[in-house]
Amino acid sequence: MTADASRGAQAPPELVQLLTPEGERVEHPDYDIDLTPEEVRSLYRDLALVRRVDLEAVALQRQGELGIWASLLGQEAAQIGSGRALTDADMAFPTYREHGVAWCRDVDPLKLLGLFRGVNHGGWDPKEHNFHLYTIVIGSQTLHAVGYAMGIQRDDATAATIAYFGDGATSQGDVNEAFIWASVFNAPIVFFCQNNQWAISEPLERQTRIPLYRRASGFGFPGVRVDGNDVFACLAVTRQALKNAREGQGPTLVEAYTYRMGAHTTTDDPTRYRVASELEAWKLKDPIERVKAYLFKNEHADQAFFDSIDAEADQLGADLRRRCLAMPDPRPLDIFDHVYSEPHPLIDEERAQFAAYLEGFES
Amino acid sequence: MTVMSLSKALNEGMRKAMEDDPKVLIMGEDVGKLGGVFRVTDGLQKDFGEDRVIDTPLAESGIIGTAIGLALRGYRPVCEIQFDGFVFPAADQIITQLAKMPMRSLGAIKLPVVVRIPCGGGIGAVEHHSESPEAYFTHTAGLRVVACSNPADAYSMIQQAIRSDDPVVFFEPKRRYWEKADIDTSTGDWWTPFDKGRVVRPGTDATLIAYGPMVKTCLEAATAAEDDGRSLEVIDLRSLNPLDQPLVMESASRTGRVVVVHEAPVNNGFGAELAARITERCFYRLEAPVLRVGGFSTPYPPSKLEEHYLPDLDRVLDAVDRAFGY
Repeated sequence: MTADASRGAQAPPELVQLLTPEGERVEHPDYDIDLTPEEVRSLYRDLALVRRVDLEAVALQRQGELGIWASLLGQEAAQIGSGRALTDADMAFPTYREHGVAWCRDVDPLKLLGLFRGVNHGGWDPKEHNFHLYTIVIGSQTLHAVGYAMGIQRDDATAATIAYFGDGATSQGDVNEAFIWASVFNAPIVFFCQNNQWAISEPLERQTRIPLYRRASGFGFPGVRVDGNDVFACLAVTRQALKNAREGQGPTLVEAYTYRMGAHTTTDDPTRYRVASELEAWKLKDPIERVKAYLFKNEHADQAFFDSIDAEADQLGADLRRRCLAMPDPRPLDIFDHVYSEPHPLIDEERAQFAAYLEGFES
Repeated sequence: MTVMSLSKALNEGMRKAMEDDPKVLIMGEDVGKLGGVFRVTDGLQKDFGEDRVIDTPLAESGIIGTAIGLALRGYRPVCEIQFDGFVFPAADQIITQLAKMPMRSLGAIKLPVVVRIPCGGGIGAVEHHSESPEAYFTHTAGLRVVACSNPADAYSMIQQAIRSDDPVVFFEPKRRYWEKADIDTSTGDWWTPFDKGRVVRPGTDATLIAYGPMVKTCLEAATAAEDDGRSLEVIDLRSLNPLDQPLVMESASRTGRVVVVHEAPVNNGFGAELAARITERCFYRLEAPVLRVGGFSTPYPPSKLEEHYLPDLDRVLDAVDRAFGY
């Protein structure tokens, strides 16, 4: 089996791109986007701030304040572009790496840290943000997203769901079942696959022989591959796919072609399985630098703007760090909370026994 | 004799099995170039090639389902499930096919498949990375279920599991992966059959029964109890299915007090089976009911709370005290 050469810096030809790595705005026959300078500056701010949140979280993990962290480094445009395409009524189902989408859904970054710090298994109310809890088991959430979309259909609501997953997840039965369900029920859903080229140590070619977006045709709905490092294209393509879903045209698979610049998680060591030159090639396609270049070139922003974003990022990072360290540890008896929605005698019995046991140490 | 960690002992055991039998294959996610997320298969792909050490697509049902097919074709696949909580997509293939196909074939088919599962908590991990799902599999007839607790057993038991013509679910105590011991790799003379348990510390006053990660905890508890003048026997079950009943019943009859310890929830856990069987066989010799120490009837908690959830020396000794209160 040969390696997929397209994993390198060379962009595959079928890629939807609206902003080149050099910051040049380019046309695409099927997709367009009309953004005001202010809107572009706002996207830049999103990208820069979520990268800063991510870097701070990596640092917190290195210092022992988080048990583990799954970095989104390199995937900011895919997440901000798709996240900003959502309306308030749309519902997003993330994996455990969608920190940028969480940002778009107004989830306090502190709440993302709880799971990784080990104080809870997921610290926000999905209904409050229309952003579901992180799902760690690979691919499970795609079926939940389809079921949710079927609910939207039955409610006659004007909304869609978006299901996030990675290239590795496309091998899971659940994801393939989600494709089938969505297809035959014409569910209002966008399958947003961030193909970051690596499933821990396994390269894309261990999951597929064809470009992932082409899988959609076999299931009976359209698939499109977008430059996942191009926030304009991700926004345009996702916006269109969501619109189609809301208008009753069924699912779309969006393959955001990107790269996992960091390790799988902070416990992983990618030097064991991939070459540095690949990383270097992708550095040239950085999702943030191209927006910066675009803003500069078109004189939509000056240095003072970028300085102000840097300052805001610094403040955000410092604030996140301070609040992370102040996050209270859960209390031992919290173990028994929320296991059931209704009272449960065995839980009550064990809670009482454990409380008495703990009191034994105090006396 | 060679000093080895438990993970290295498994690695060496698999290496030996692969050298002895060209039909032995390794399969799983990240088991090849990376050597597994715990490095248990480190170096095996380099030495045995990609045909024998297979990085599979990311699908646990696929791993077990195709392992069954390979076994039908005469291979002996050793499958790694990356973490305990990820075994459930494979549960269908394990329970409906792997466990039952030999009987379905009236004995014509043998399925020598090993399913390795790093299990248990104590490593500060996120959800689905700290579970003890053994009872789901001990409840499924057709599977042998074993759990190693130390490097020497890891080395011998993995080889015996691979040699077995039955499917074996092989639990590895992930928080003990890095513990070391001296192992004699020159001969198999010292090997205890992998379906037998072992008294790892003799005692006279009460019996602690454990397997996997809790064996060490029980040994520490027995040492601590000695200071209080109590002599605790510790049994490492090693095999949950089949259960080494003669070993368990002899000890229970002799000491009259039994405490079963596992990380999995007490409720419907493997300890329930032990308690029932011991009560049935040794009722008149018991001085106290068989007591169980284990996880609560809750999902595994976030890691900041796992020290409270996991049985520790104090919880074991508390149960021993209660056993002496009857």
